[in-house]
Amino acid sequence: MRAHPLAGIIAGAARLISGVNVRWVDSEPDARQTVYFANHTSHLDFVVLWSSLPAEIRARTRPVAAQDYWEKGLRRAIAVNVFRAVLVARHQAAQEGLAASGNPQQAIEHMVEAMGSDNSLILFPEGTRGTGEEVAAFKSGLYYLWQRKPGLRLVPAYLNNLNRILPKGEFLPVPFISRLTFGPPLTVAADEAKPAFLGRARDALCRLKDR
Amino acid sequence: MKNLDPQLVWAFAGVLGLLALSSLIGLLLKFAITKPEAQATISNLNARIGAWWIMSAIFALTLVIGPIGSLVLFGLMSFLALREYVTLLPTRRADHRTLFWAFFIFTPLQYFLIGIQWYGMFAILIPVFAFLFVPARLAIAGDTESFLQRASTIQWGLMVCIYCLSYTPALLMLNIPGYGRPAKLMLYLVLVDQLSDVLQYVWGKMLGRHKIAPVVSPNKTWEGFVGGVFSATALGTALWWMTPFRPLVAAAVSLTITLMGFAGGLTMSAIKRDRGVKDYGTLIKGHGGILDRMDSMCFAAPIFFHIVRYFYAR
Repeated sequence: MRAHPLAGIIAGAARLISGVNVRWVDSEPDARQTVYFANHTSHLDFVVLWSSLPAEIRARTRPVAAQDYWEKGLRRAIAVNVFRAVLVARHQAAQEGLAASGNPQQAIEHMVEAMGSDNSLILFPEGTRGTGEEVAAFKSGLYYLWQRKPGLRLVPAYLNNLNRILPKGEFLPVPFISRLTFGPPLTVAADEAKPAFLGRARDALCRLKDR
Repeated sequence: MKNLDPQLVWAFAGVLGLLALSSLIGLLLKFAITKPEAQATISNLNARIGAWWIMSAIFALTLVIGPIGSLVLFGLMSFLALREYVTLLPTRRADHRTLFWAFFIFTPLQYFLIGIQWYGMFAILIPVFAFLFVPARLAIAGDTESFLQRASTIQWGLMVCIYCLSYTPALLMLNIPGYGRPAKLMLYLVLVDQLSDVLQYVWGKMLGRHKIAPVVSPNKTWEGFVGGVFSATALGTALWWMTPFRPLVAAAVSLTITLMGFAGGLTMSAIKRDRGVKDYGTLIKGHGGILDRMDSMCFAAPIFFHIVRYFYAR
């Protein structure tokens, strides 16, 4: 499978603007089905993460994006047509006064379906963009997805400085140098309760910040 | 090829010879010295020499292309240097649009002014207009936290990374009677300044014992400083034929370049130490970032320019 030609161009531009320094700490690229989960502070996050994967992995890796935000117009054209984004309904969409549709279980099924037998996903378990100072508590999706597909590789990826390049609410980027750190896959602990699992996943991500 | 006057060709040939000699020495050291504790230094030395080949090739190429080539090269270096600088320093959300101006308006404009040879505006764009614009724009953004510190951080970045560095290609604006195209003069400045860095490093590695400022820059020693300054000044004097200077004047000017370069290196190191890092970046293999390589130029170029402009230009 090949990625959309525009995807390559957008990814190249994102790499240029973000000057991203990619490091794999105790970890290396692996073509097996994986969910890359990252902290979320900027619209550039998924493009930068996506473009930092080796080409053959990249072509089979799809971002998970919020349906309420990415559904319309040009945004949709870029997300869905170019990057083959998997649009899911956000649980908290209702809280933000947006139309919430579907239930969490449906969203998980949608992701599983989108993964098929050989696609990987990019997931932002905080559910929304933060300011970059703290990683917010994770939503449950990562846990349910892992329960639904036991043995799935979950790889943390910490994005540094993307919030300075293109923060929430800005449309013009400032070219700071950013850093992306991939960590080792989460180890599997059978029968782990949801809060413990999500806390552990979040810790694994936060540990990469200063590595 | 009208930029290729014979003196420029001679200088290029000299650089080529120097690079070949360095590579040869690097290769010999690699095989002759097998002490494990020296390995890291030697492989770093060879990485540095490798990067020098690439940097020299790029600089020579842009010099041959003509003023446009040099302006694009230095404009790009300013941009990348500012990028390394602001990444290292604490900025706040409210600085975003001011920084956008710094990168995308003031940086290209400064080099554009050199391109159209508007000296009067080139000289005041950043020290006057940007100086006042930055705090005003920050005030409009409305965040007063550490206000003066944030404003001066950006002003300082603009001055060092953009304004001071742009003085190197600004030499091309000068009209020096009886001298011809000032491209040679730009090469002369870069040669003396960068050779001074290299020679300080070489002398320091060979004889360095007494540290000058251990807190600021652990690698700078009195032996390296004195040896580097004297040998670079000697080289700068020996190259008097490619300048408008008499030999004795060339010696004084070279000494000034090396001393200013040293001050630049030390100052930019102080910022790095304050922020707890060793290098500004990783762009140039073995050297660090653009700003690690150009720190001495930022201080030497403006002074060199004004000496030449005051005493030699029409």
